[in-house]
Amino acid sequence: MSDIPSELRYTKTHEWVRLMDDGNLEIGITDHAQSLMGDMVYVELPEVGAVVVGGDDCAVVESVKAASDVYAPVSGEIVEVNEELADAPETLNQHPYTDGWMFRIRAAGEGELDELLDADGYLEAIEAEE
Amino acid sequence: MLIFEQSRRSRRSTSQAPAAEGDIGGIPANLLREDEPLLPEVSELQAVRHYTRLSQRNFSIDSHFYPLGSCTMKYNPRACNLYAMLPAFLGRHPHAGVGTGQGFMQCMFELQEILTDVTGMQGVSLTPLAGAQGEFAGVAMIRAYHESRADDERVEILVPDAAHGTNPATATMCGYKVREIPTDSNGDVDLAALREAVGSRTAGLMLTNPSTLGVFERHITEIAQIVHGAGGLLYYDGANLNAIVGKVRPGDMGFDVIHMNLHKTFSTPHGGGGPGAGPVGVNQRLLPFLPIPYVLESNGDYRWATERDCPHSIGRLSANMGNAGVLLRAYIYALLVGRQGMARIADFATLNANYMMARLKAAGVDMAYPGRRATHEFIVTMKRLKEETGVTAMDVAKRLLDKGFHAPTVYFPLLVPECFLVEPTETESKQEIDGFIDALLEIFDEARRDPETVKSAPHTTPVRRLDEVKAARELDVAWRVGPAR
Repeated sequence: MSDIPSELRYTKTHEWVRLMDDGNLEIGITDHAQSLMGDMVYVELPEVGAVVVGGDDCAVVESVKAASDVYAPVSGEIVEVNEELADAPETLNQHPYTDGWMFRIRAAGEGELDELLDADGYLEAIEAEE
Repeated sequence: MLIFEQSRRSRRSTSQAPAAEGDIGGIPANLLREDEPLLPEVSELQAVRHYTRLSQRNFSIDSHFYPLGSCTMKYNPRACNLYAMLPAFLGRHPHAGVGTGQGFMQCMFELQEILTDVTGMQGVSLTPLAGAQGEFAGVAMIRAYHESRADDERVEILVPDAAHGTNPATATMCGYKVREIPTDSNGDVDLAALREAVGSRTAGLMLTNPSTLGVFERHITEIAQIVHGAGGLLYYDGANLNAIVGKVRPGDMGFDVIHMNLHKTFSTPHGGGGPGAGPVGVNQRLLPFLPIPYVLESNGDYRWATERDCPHSIGRLSANMGNAGVLLRAYIYALLVGRQGMARIADFATLNANYMMARLKAAGVDMAYPGRRATHEFIVTMKRLKEETGVTAMDVAKRLLDKGFHAPTVYFPLLVPECFLVEPTETESKQEIDGFIDALLEIFDEARRDPETVKSAPHTTPVRRLDEVKAARELDVAWRVGPAR
């Protein structure tokens, strides 16, 4: 079974969200998502300063099997992206919840985070998919 | 070894024949090149051997069963090649006057008519050079249609999540936003989600029927009503036309525009990177927008339709009309098969797929949609195999190469875990199909007894398993004579 840390929030589209100490949100793709995708070969990240709406596609991950959009879990502004992934997309496979973070968002409002799934909710969502 | 590595300075194609310098005296000095061309200097024999060996290293439809799902790798009858290579066809320059090419143009006009009839549309243009360009032309016509009515709010194209990746790519290229429609658990389009998605923003829906899941979309009439009711148009992706050609017509299902892959359904060679042919067909309301040139006929005279005839056309897609040689092969194939034979294509393509599926099911192999009848292709899911043995669909595909079969499509469609998409086509014999099933069942058995052999396959091919990750991350497709410039 894939790893689903209990302190994170999740989306049905397999992003995870971490509330950071500075109030910004860190986003990546889940262990389940990376295991389905297989070996990553390319990552396209959003631009810092871009304003995104929750649900918009804002990044792309590409593996030997497929390319997939990554969606913004909440609305806000992209404040930082993980440039290291460009040269080391395999980090998404190796450390999806830590070094494999993709981008950070300054949320436009409050409350959107509460609408996301918790670990149990995400587990249910992926079980329902199978 | 690359042909460039066999090159030796001043070697000529025929070594014993007397050397004859070309006369370049008549060419102005400013037009003469200063650098030597980067071409290999090899003998004719070296060139023949080099390419013969390369072709022998390949799996091809002429040497192997090639059940590559969604690609319709059927046999290409030699007669099509023979007649398409008649000197009068081969020697005709595309810019020759219509007066000297009436025979060729009649062939093309008749191909337009055959395709129009068999798809139930009102007109066909043969000009798109490949399936991707056919898709582009199709969606460009949808756009032109809405623009002609000043219906500018329609900015979205709906695409089922099972679609080929080319569909969302095409919609995006045509300036549309893509909205994905989910598939229900039986493999049909989720009608509730479709109803919710359509509206005044809907330009159209792109649908492959039968879908990439290897099942016929049962609610097509209802889907057409929903999309048309919202003011959108229906696009038929002809990728799977082989399953229904001559039996059911996309025009009768309610589609407004269709592209056909002649290199699939009409048996022209493919798999080597082209050239392809992706004609588009349209119903009455899209007729004015067809790409030019196409062939017009009056009283037995054939001529090209131009901008003057078709002021609303989306325009030209290339310098001339399509890939003439490919279109000729498709025309000859259509004549060989005939209108009744076309229905037999669909009959045997689906019979072969359903026979294979039944044998595999009886042997305990998991189907992605066990409750559905297969179309011309079907999906095995190897999820359980992977969980039980660690052997993946990719491993099984690689091991099939050792057994003398081209691998089916794996990991497409993405919806199905450990997906293995098999399309036998109508041109295979029962013996060949049985041989493939036997080989596949042997591999399933091997996966349980000796998984390492399967996981490290292939073992007998000229090249062993490739490092796909390295190939994708460190893309290197060019060979250079000297240092990079």
